[in-house]
Amino acid sequence: MLEALGIRKAYRSGEDILSDVSLTLAENETLAVVGPSGCGKTTLLYLLCGLARPDSGRVLLDGAPVVGPNPDMSIILQDYGLLPWKSVIENVALGLKLRGMPQFERLKLAREQLAELGISGRDRDWPGRLSGGEKQRVAIARAFVGRPRLLLMDEPFSSLDALTREKLQHTLLDVWSRRRVPYVLVTHSLEEAVFLGRRILVLAGRPAGVAASFDNPGFGDGRYRERDDYFELVRRLRRSVEDLW
Amino acid sequence: MVSGLARKALSYGLVVLVLGLLWQVLSASLGSAVLPPPLEAGGAFLRALGTTEFWCHFWASFVRAGLGMLLAFALAFPLGLVMGGSRRADALLGPFVLLTYPVPKIVLLPVLLVLLGLGDAAKIAIIVLILGYQVLVTTRDGVRSVHPKYVDSVRSLGGGRLDILLEVLLPAALPHGFTALRLGTGVSVAVLFFVESFATTSGLGYCIMDAWGRMDYVAMFTGILGMSVMGAALYEAADLLERRVCAWMRAGRR
Repeated sequence: MLEALGIRKAYRSGEDILSDVSLTLAENETLAVVGPSGCGKTTLLYLLCGLARPDSGRVLLDGAPVVGPNPDMSIILQDYGLLPWKSVIENVALGLKLRGMPQFERLKLAREQLAELGISGRDRDWPGRLSGGEKQRVAIARAFVGRPRLLLMDEPFSSLDALTREKLQHTLLDVWSRRRVPYVLVTHSLEEAVFLGRRILVLAGRPAGVAASFDNPGFGDGRYRERDDYFELVRRLRRSVEDLW
Repeated sequence: MVSGLARKALSYGLVVLVLGLLWQVLSASLGSAVLPPPLEAGGAFLRALGTTEFWCHFWASFVRAGLGMLLAFALAFPLGLVMGGSRRADALLGPFVLLTYPVPKIVLLPVLLVLLGLGDAAKIAIIVLILGYQVLVTTRDGVRSVHPKYVDSVRSLGGGRLDILLEVLLPAALPHGFTALRLGTGVSVAVLFFVESFATTSGLGYCIMDAWGRMDYVAMFTGILGMSVMGAALYEAADLLERRVCAWMRAGRR
């Protein structure tokens, strides 16, 4: 449903960040994009969701070019993207508000979404008073509340401690298995990519391009982390990036 | 909230005590009539609090300063918001601000007095002018320092320029605007004293100048203490407003 065809993007200085990146994401699929820090992963997500336009190449959603942010696509920005001056529930309901949904209705949906992600009773709190894990749950709630058909995530779990990170990775997998919303997840963690991506793309080089691609048939099992094929894929992925990064 | 109020009252009381002691020492060692002992001046001040005359002057001053601050904020904050948020508006208006900012606005007082007359309008206008610049420049810089991730956040949810203005730039700029307003209370009261020192027979500034002319230094200190109390009240009012409107600022690191 989402396609990027040979997209290229340059810095203002004219130097390319991304060159000739192509990817596809099918219904019912998830895609993990791994790359070293500063390689252009965030830029790639900005291009996919229409926050930025490629200098050449095309991004297509169901065959139609993406020209700007679209309610069918939700993005979770790095550092959660929550507005510190809005309460938790207002943050979650903001997208609905911008679409003109009446207050009562949007707050009801936001409350339900927060409950689904396991944070109730913090509705009126400021984001600044939440822990990193709670903020991330709120950000996920905000992304899902508008019933997007597609989710984009920028290093969603990278600033969390190991235990919270694993918990939230499970939460995401949970929500995915219930809603089957396909997503693109950008990360620098190979383990995270293997746990959360049905397919894995490796970005490398300067400017960055797709250097390798892995199929991950074991994806979707909550206990995947304990299985041998999980370890085997992480190992293969590591060997591949050792040569590339 | 109650304990916060109690703590504030306690700290104000302590400061008054320490300042009173210093004043006593200074007054005793100088032995000049221009600095009467604090108990004498304080006693006269407390007695004045029971007179309508004092409150008429206090009210006249309070209206001028308060209205000046209110108008300064109402005019300068939206302008700063627009200038900080729109490159085009800033390119248009920025040079005017840049070139007129260093001009001491108080020198325009004679012009304002002639144009607006000797009444309150000119007095309030000069406060608006002086404080307005502070609010304008601080707000504009505050809007510019907003992290782009918040703008991207709203854009990613489908927000347009107006949404960015209302949901991001406005709330992000409020603390900056209020800080300028709060810090501006000192300047406002100082300017107030200056504009009340002539061409009027009302206000605490007039009381001070009038008592000075009569060499009634105890009465002069009634005016001085009155202005101090008024300054503190305006500062606290601005502070309270800021805490109310920007409650999220106290919620943590970001």
